[in-house]
Amino acid sequence: MAFLSDQAMERLRNLEIAPDFSGTRYSLVRFIARGGMGAVYLAEDKTLDRRVAIKVLDAADPDGERADRLGREARILAELEHPGIVPVHDLGRLADGRIFYAMKFIEGARIDQFLAGLLSLPERLRLFLRISDAVAFAHSRGILHRDLKPANVMVGAFGEVLVMDWGLGEFLPRPSLGTAAAAPVPASASTSAGGEAGHLSGKTQAGLVVGTPGFMSPEQAAGSSASLDQRSDVFSLGKLLQFVVETPLGGGSAGFELSRPLRAICGKATSADPALRYQAVLELSLDISRYLDGAPVSAHRENWGERFLRFYRRYQPAILLILAYLLMRALFVIYSRH
Amino acid sequence: MPSENPPIARGAFPLTRWSVVAAARSDDAALRARALDRLCAAYWKPVYKYIRLKYAKPPDEAQDLTQGFFAEVLERDLLSRFDPGKSRLRTYMRLCADSFVLNEIKHAGRQKRGGDAVHLALDYPAAENELDKQTIDPASIASPEKFEEFFEKEWIRSLFSSAVEDLRQLCGARGKERAFALFEAYDLSGDDVSYSQLAEERGILARDVTNQLAWARREFRRFAQDRLRSVCSTEEEFSRESKALFGGEF
Repeated sequence: MAFLSDQAMERLRNLEIAPDFSGTRYSLVRFIARGGMGAVYLAEDKTLDRRVAIKVLDAADPDGERADRLGREARILAELEHPGIVPVHDLGRLADGRIFYAMKFIEGARIDQFLAGLLSLPERLRLFLRISDAVAFAHSRGILHRDLKPANVMVGAFGEVLVMDWGLGEFLPRPSLGTAAAAPVPASASTSAGGEAGHLSGKTQAGLVVGTPGFMSPEQAAGSSASLDQRSDVFSLGKLLQFVVETPLGGGSAGFELSRPLRAICGKATSADPALRYQAVLELSLDISRYLDGAPVSAHRENWGERFLRFYRRYQPAILLILAYLLMRALFVIYSRH
Repeated sequence: MPSENPPIARGAFPLTRWSVVAAARSDDAALRARALDRLCAAYWKPVYKYIRLKYAKPPDEAQDLTQGFFAEVLERDLLSRFDPGKSRLRTYMRLCADSFVLNEIKHAGRQKRGGDAVHLALDYPAAENELDKQTIDPASIASPEKFEEFFEKEWIRSLFSSAVEDLRQLCGARGKERAFALFEAYDLSGDDVSYSQLAEERGILARDVTNQLAWARREFRRFAQDRLRSVCSTEEEFSRESKALFGGEF
């Protein structure tokens, strides 16, 4: 038996198991990143002559449960055709039997890196609105993300905002049109209209905690996956909103402080009791939009001073013009009398 | 008697779900024998080198102690006393080795083992050769913790060496000697070579190097995983050890 040097041992401990794409239309370019159950590689699609990102199952999977999850993630992405969600191109198997899917290769930065360059609060809030648009769309298609956090949001080279990693996504029964924003849809509800959802929901075992501490809702952290609904994602979005606002600017400057209305919006979105949260992502988005427009937000009851200040900020040019006019008029009257 | 590196013979046992600890408690004598076989393959070198360095024993004395230790593991059925809830198997093995050696030192004058005592056919010259290559000065290992680290490292080296040997045998059986040669050249030699250099030297495409290396590495990991699983007592311990060994589950 050959002696293994310390150097060889270190190398063996850190082996990157590159997938063997022979027999597929792809050829490996390089490793990109590794997640909980899969590794993502940059590959060349030889048929269409373009670059794609390929996620390959890269974890022990004795009972095939992880392969099912990766397949479900690909089908979720296929279901979600939205500018804020990375499109999936292909689902297949490698020669060694491992499952993979190919998706659009996004060149860009993670949101935490991107935020440092966003110098104004409105810019950051508008970016947040685009995240919540993608999540609201997923909810309208009956899908929960369940792992919304900064690491799962990317901003592309052309400013496109993409919600990534739907590996913990869960199909819900498909709601009828027009009710998506209004009625929470529990994962345990019957699936008579669910189609594929009927086959796939409930794949996560009850009592098993999935998600990221600090961003997952209390009900998700308690492992009650069967009773999760879109309000769980609302909680994660509330945490994400706080992150988006407070992330420090580049050059060591501090992030923005949450104003009272924004603090109230975050507080309502992250309420421990789902019944006290926004009941749908669109309600949260609406409040952010109102805040951006200088209108009152539903989460915060203003006092007279705040109402006056907001009114002043919203109509500042008109108020200043009227005041200037009145001042000129007054000066003119005084001058005429003398 | 146990061979130095029993090959992973798929079909003989469902090794991926097989643990020496469970097998040691089995009623099946053949299974118990396989358990000792596997245990020796994983631990004899770490134990031998540990005794050589920590107790500063000359080779012949360290060989006797190593033989004696594994004989005691078998005779006193030490494996069946292991409690997975209290420690990891390799910590238990190290502590047992310490206890055995200290006991032997204490009763230095007692009769040497012989006659019908268990004798393992182990390649001690190879272990000595490895110690020479490692050029370790025992005096530089100042604290007991450092000896623990040394034991852990040698245990990993032993596990990986066995997995490399498994891979070599598999490549031989499947006519994939080139894949093993690439794995040896790129991952084991320590030389700084590129895929294209390897491809040029062998007159093949760089893509073939990528694919063959990918296959060899995956098989190596699978063998290492199988061997690791077999010397872990629970799935939880295996998962923890796997994470520590490879920086993540896979």
